[in-house]
Amino acid sequence: MASLDRVKVLVLGDSGVGKSSLVHLLCQNQVLGNPSWTVGCSVDVRVHDYKEGTPVEKTYYIELWDVGGSVGSASSVKSTRAVFYNSINGIILVHDLTNKKSSQNLYRWSSEALNKDLVPTGVLVTNGDYDQEQFAENQIPLLVIGTKLDQIHETKRHEVLTRTAFLAEDFNAEEINLDCTNPRYLAAGSSNAVKLSRFFDKVIEKRYFLRDSNQTPGFPDRKRFWGGTLKGLHYD
Amino acid sequence: LTSLAHKRIIIKITILFFGFGWLFFMRQLFKDYEVRQYVVQVIFSVTFAFSCTMFELIIFEILGVLNSSSRYFHWKLNLCVILLILVFLVPFYIGYFIVSNIRLLHKQRLLFSCLLWLTFMYFFWKLGDPFPILSPKHGILSIEQLISRVGVIGVTLMALLSGFGAVNCPYTYMSYFLRNVTDVDILALERRLLQTMDMIISKKKRMAMTRRTMFQKGEVHNKPSGFWGMIKSITTSAPGSENLTLIQQEVDALEELSRQLFLETADLHATKERIEYSKTFKGKYFNFLGYFFSIYCVWKIFMATINIVFDRVGKTDPVTRGIEITVNYLGIQFDVKFWSQHISFILVGIIIVTSIRGLLITLTKFFYAISSSKSSNVIVLLLAQIMGMYFVSSVLLIRMSMPLEYRTIITEVLGELQFNFYHRWFDVIFLVSALSSILFLYLAHKQAPEKHMTP
Repeated sequence: MASLDRVKVLVLGDSGVGKSSLVHLLCQNQVLGNPSWTVGCSVDVRVHDYKEGTPVEKTYYIELWDVGGSVGSASSVKSTRAVFYNSINGIILVHDLTNKKSSQNLYRWSSEALNKDLVPTGVLVTNGDYDQEQFAENQIPLLVIGTKLDQIHETKRHEVLTRTAFLAEDFNAEEINLDCTNPRYLAAGSSNAVKLSRFFDKVIEKRYFLRDSNQTPGFPDRKRFWGGTLKGLHYD
Repeated sequence: LTSLAHKRIIIKITILFFGFGWLFFMRQLFKDYEVRQYVVQVIFSVTFAFSCTMFELIIFEILGVLNSSSRYFHWKLNLCVILLILVFLVPFYIGYFIVSNIRLLHKQRLLFSCLLWLTFMYFFWKLGDPFPILSPKHGILSIEQLISRVGVIGVTLMALLSGFGAVNCPYTYMSYFLRNVTDVDILALERRLLQTMDMIISKKKRMAMTRRTMFQKGEVHNKPSGFWGMIKSITTSAPGSENLTLIQQEVDALEELSRQLFLETADLHATKERIEYSKTFKGKYFNFLGYFFSIYCVWKIFMATINIVFDRVGKTDPVTRGIEITVNYLGIQFDVKFWSQHISFILVGIIIVTSIRGLLITLTKFFYAISSSKSSNVIVLLLAQIMGMYFVSSVLLIRMSMPLEYRTIITEVLGELQFNFYHRWFDVIFLVSALSSILFLYLAHKQAPEKHMTP
């Protein structure tokens, strides 16, 4: 079995929004029968065809790292979680459409993952306020996914979808809204599947094809884009 | 002041407490969750408000504010309301929210929650049988029946929390017990964690590739589920499927390991933070307090044992005894009545405030540790129930700390309860809880260092 190249994508969000169900759906094309609490981090792998249907089509492994917990966790838990934020190539932010707090907490989640190298002890210095500049210079592709769409009543749908559109704009990201217990939302050819494919393609592009020309191709890039300490713990 | 004006004052104060409860709920407990059912917040704040009003009435009793007939009336009223809440309202809603979470029973929620409530009432009533808490002259439907049972549950809770707190407090404050954790230890454990994650990833890659080839070849992987599924999987031959199940088992074991490593790493981080904290000025102050509290804890355990062994219940309260000692042995003369009133007020006030604060902090920690977005409603209501029962029993026990003249109102309102029984029960449970906490902490402390310290 040939060894494929791989990219690492974080899946972040409050507990109970449906990250585990989402990851299971993305990787195994099946609905997760018995979701239970995620302790620490659970990983799954999706095989993705980059630039499918074109002559340069290539298959990659996409590792989806589903990090459990809440934004209000103790700082020791946050420091432990920080070990998973090494060399990430993309972030999927998951929120629950029926729970406004989970959408608001996405700002704090993204700060925690993106600010990782700036604060060595892993404890957040900011109070979680949204910082426009930080997202403007962010180079890691983001995707916002809203879950539990089936539980939103028809009459409220428009209002909820407007709110999430603003949210995705803040992150400068695409958004997908679905129900993790129904695979038809990600059926091949649907607009959601196209957005997902585009996102993964973008992640792969940033990782493998948009480097400095004086870097040797094929060697893993260990330094973070905006500087930071070298963390040599991750085996490639 | 007319009694109407009295009523207005007390109602205003109750509303003030309601506001505190509301704010506490919003800012602390439900900081990270969204409140979807406002009835939960209302119930919690109402329970808090009426419990605090009870304490406030005790303070009024000591200070002699308002006149005694209106105090008595408000006591009775407050007590009735709180018992109604603790026995009827909160348990019913707990049952209702539990049933709402279960999808099957969703249609007949009300029916099942009534059934749950009736079950609760049955066990609640049965609780009174093994305990000698009532004198035989009580009717079946009186305040004493309800309060005695609520008192038993509440006193048990108080004693359990007290026992654990008395032991845990010096253990956490004193830096003597802190395990020595270095950065090297943490890095080593983190490396193991990431290695485990990498192993999981490589196995999952194999599984994903196998599934893809199977899908392209047209085979389908059926996970063997249930008895017939397993029989079927023996007879059908799909080598890809078999491989997958085997790898899945290995992955399950590795995932369990990764969870363990994660929790241990978090533990090490927490210990390291505590070590850093203990080097600061505040940390040193708490360390000193820890020594002081450990002496206090040993003394309390000793006193509880003496009380049980010699079967004695304290006859006089600490205030009067303290005053007696100063007057008789130290020869200092002062106005006993005046000072006993003020010192009781301060002492009782401190006891009340620290127990409210301690309880709220413990409840918050507990809530953060075990709640999730589905169960948060049920857990908050359980906490409200515990809080109400705790406060009612505090009133029972606080009687002992007050001089005789102030005890009368509690005795009058609560009726002929066997107060001595509650104190004895408290001592027994306190002793059991403190000793088991010592055992538990000793075992936990012994087991941890061997796992991952650098030699």
